[in-house]
Amino acid sequence: QEAAKYGKKVMVLDFVTPTPLGNSWGLGGTCVNVGCIPKKLMHQAALLGQALQDSRKFGWQFTEEVKHNWMTMAESVQNYIGSLNWGYRVALREKNVTYENAYGEFVGPHTIKATNKRGVEKLYTAERFLIATGERPRYLGIPGDKEYCISSDDLFSLPYCPGKTLVVGASYVALECAGFLAGLGLDVTVMVRSILLRGFDQDIANKIGEYMEEHGINFIRQFVPIKVEQIEKGTPGRLRVTAKSTKGNQIIEGEYNTVLLAIGRDACTRKIGLDKVGVKINEKTGKIPVNDEEQTNVPYIYAVGDILQDKLELTPLAIQAGRLLVQRLYAGATSKCDYVNVPTTVFTPLEYGACGYSEETAVEKFGEKNIEVYHSHFWPLEWTVPSRDNNKCYAKIICNIQDNERVIGFHVLGPNAGEVTQGFAAAMKCGLTKEQLDSTIGIHPVCAEV
Amino acid sequence: GKNEYDLLIIGGGSGGLACAKEAAKFGRKVAVLDYVEPSPQGTKWGLGGTCVNVGCIPKKLMHQAALLGSAIKDAQHYGWNITQPVHHTWSVMAQAVQNYVKSLNWGHRVQLQDKKVKYFNMKGSFSDPHTIRGLTKAGKETIVTAENIVIATGGRPKYPMHIAGALEYGITSDDLFWLKESPGKTPLVYYPFILYLYEIIVYISLTGSSPDVSLECAGFLTGIGLETTVMMRSIPLRGFDQVSTQMASLVTEHMESYGTKFLKRCFPTKVEKLESNRLQVTWKNTDLRTEVTDSFDTVMWAVGRAPDTETLNLETVGVKTNSETGKIIVDASEATSVPHIYAVGDITEGRPELTPTAIAAGKLLAQRLFGQSSELMDYDNIPTTVFTPLEYGCVGLSEEAAVQCYGSDNIEVYHAYYKPLEFTVAERDAAQCYMKMVCLRERDQRILGLHFIGPNAGEVIQGFALGIKCGATYPQLMKTIGIHPTCAEEITKLHITKDSGLDATVTGC
Repeated sequence: QEAAKYGKKVMVLDFVTPTPLGNSWGLGGTCVNVGCIPKKLMHQAALLGQALQDSRKFGWQFTEEVKHNWMTMAESVQNYIGSLNWGYRVALREKNVTYENAYGEFVGPHTIKATNKRGVEKLYTAERFLIATGERPRYLGIPGDKEYCISSDDLFSLPYCPGKTLVVGASYVALECAGFLAGLGLDVTVMVRSILLRGFDQDIANKIGEYMEEHGINFIRQFVPIKVEQIEKGTPGRLRVTAKSTKGNQIIEGEYNTVLLAIGRDACTRKIGLDKVGVKINEKTGKIPVNDEEQTNVPYIYAVGDILQDKLELTPLAIQAGRLLVQRLYAGATSKCDYVNVPTTVFTPLEYGACGYSEETAVEKFGEKNIEVYHSHFWPLEWTVPSRDNNKCYAKIICNIQDNERVIGFHVLGPNAGEVTQGFAAAMKCGLTKEQLDSTIGIHPVCAEV
Repeated sequence: GKNEYDLLIIGGGSGGLACAKEAAKFGRKVAVLDYVEPSPQGTKWGLGGTCVNVGCIPKKLMHQAALLGSAIKDAQHYGWNITQPVHHTWSVMAQAVQNYVKSLNWGHRVQLQDKKVKYFNMKGSFSDPHTIRGLTKAGKETIVTAENIVIATGGRPKYPMHIAGALEYGITSDDLFWLKESPGKTPLVYYPFILYLYEIIVYISLTGSSPDVSLECAGFLTGIGLETTVMMRSIPLRGFDQVSTQMASLVTEHMESYGTKFLKRCFPTKVEKLESNRLQVTWKNTDLRTEVTDSFDTVMWAVGRAPDTETLNLETVGVKTNSETGKIIVDASEATSVPHIYAVGDITEGRPELTPTAIAAGKLLAQRLFGQSSELMDYDNIPTTVFTPLEYGCVGLSEEAAVQCYGSDNIEVYHAYYKPLEFTVAERDAAQCYMKMVCLRERDQRILGLHFIGPNAGEVIQGFALGIKCGATYPQLMKTIGIHPTCAEEITKLHITKDSGLDATVTGC
């Protein structure tokens, strides 16, 4: 959309290869269809379930038994996504961007072959190309995984309630999904191979896990599934999962209605003909290395988003990188995308917002005696009356002693973590120091003032 | 002779307690006097001051109760099956809130004890610059002397004394939070409830906090199902340094669509009691030049707060007060006109009436007195939030103040109407969800003020307030990546200016 502003002739190819279970979706990518948007809406549904319970303590009265209807929620969510898909198509049209619902792959220099759903092929040439194909969920490679398991690609449009669910994985996708499924009243188990939230601050990751466990989610740690069998067909059916310990020979079995795999995502770079034009990818991860201007090793081919090597997989980052790239190419701008201090939030039942270094990486980079960690537990005012946990919410900042106690890491665990973290990220961009933090007055009573 | 205490604080509220606890850290002998004169309706409370007992805390909890009412409606859109009817019982909420407040009173007493601060539940007044006369409820007198004295007695709601029946029949925020029974008699039937505002000063500003309190109260009362009317003498809404007329309108517009009734350009002339025990209010409508009468269950006044200095005997020791407001005049170090006598919090002239401000000022004062610090309180860029049904958070200058200060040619205002993701499935109207950033045109476009209307406004604004303290500029904010999906991220994407006249509605993901 940005390029079209500068009067360039732009084409977008978008194609969704159906999931093993046959699921597909419209224009907009992962975030809109099977990522951030449906995730946050379902997380909200779970939060509202909690709100219903809290509200009784605040004087609200209604029937004791409150049940959740998956179909009502899924339908509302899908309708909203549909409106976004539509919105994008309209936006592209209005900006004179040509859109083709076809699978693109390079066939030679400056040339792409686009194959649509019906198998019709067309060739297109362009001066420049931007690869932004993102990723798709990884499967385990065990018997029964593709036939019987679902992934986040299927979950948000599942036409039936998933029921008793086994979530395999310990990524934020796994924990967020497990979180809201439990919040909606479902029996949820999470099977974890080793640690939770690899790459995130481990102190906080453990607190998140603890909170989830205390709130009814079962964890099976240090096991991996080796086989999935179908006991009974249905919507949902019944599945038997066999798992092996990572620490020995112990084998366990469990029965679930649904098995959700959330063990990672693979870049969609293997089958788009990159070898034909000489674009180098990391053979192991499939990701594309680029320079700080998002350029691949082939000068006229660029890449943005989840497929980039060593960059965070986040929507706003991809958007920003894409916009700035185009401004550099066609509007004479020089700004590069700033990948430092990019804030993120994990929307687990107890939300986690972070910006900058985790405690581990700060210690690694600066040395333990050169950093100072300030931390505090807090009790959101809204949790007092309904007697919710009073020692679970937590905030910590990590400061670089040698650099004027500059805040290099910010972490908050609590409600509305995203809203809280955003402003702090802006402040960190301005070089926030501990002193400045201390001298800023808090808004009262909110969680962020802690 | 030698003074008994190093520091004596009159007033056990946010400012007073913070000062006391900080001073005690330096091993000083500290005492706090706290006394609550019952309201005209007889309401009183424990240690902790306005914020804890009749301000921020109960207000936010009742606001939360109202928000939960909306959540119950939203939940149905998200698949939760709730059978009607849904209704709210005041006494359950009030008791829960009151219990929590009492636990805070208790907590403060324990803290003072732990820190070895002496606590007197007495009403203090000056005998001389180092001597305070304390009077218990029973009339017993104690004389206390101190090297340094801090006055932190705060304020109390005003009554419109010129309106017949105002004092006998009306309540204020002092009473609202402690009502055992609903201000409307039976929860299942709507009962009207009226709030009167003498002048609309909508937000916490340099001069008064009650307009926020009144809109906030009207907001949550509507939210829990009571029929609420707000009467105000004048519109348009006045703009102060922090208040923006535009933002004030959006907030009240939302309240109107939310169900609160507004009687604009009206003022009451008398309040009488009917045989049914309801109250009859007579008022004049200045636009239509008519006089109207109607009956209500409760009348609540929110016409401003007056500093609690009357019984302190300030004249005896020569502490100067502002002749118009009655507030104590202090310099940048919180010192009054009398050496060794200081003042912090709502009682001081020219300061925002906010808890965190009082706390910070109290702490810094103690640090300067006993901890060899010279750091003064910085009253610039203090963020605040009004907890109306659709919350309004802001930091820095309002648009009007910026224009006044720098000239409209030197200001750029970026703005956007956005829709919180959670409103989509809930089918809620986001017409008033709005944000604007006021920047200087030159000097790297430094941000002068940020204003946000929407859910969790306080959480959103807090971090940005830090940024503004660091001298944040528009380009720096634009370089900050957004967190998705949140409302706050829209701030990092502001790019439409008011001047451009372009449609400022955010579209797409």
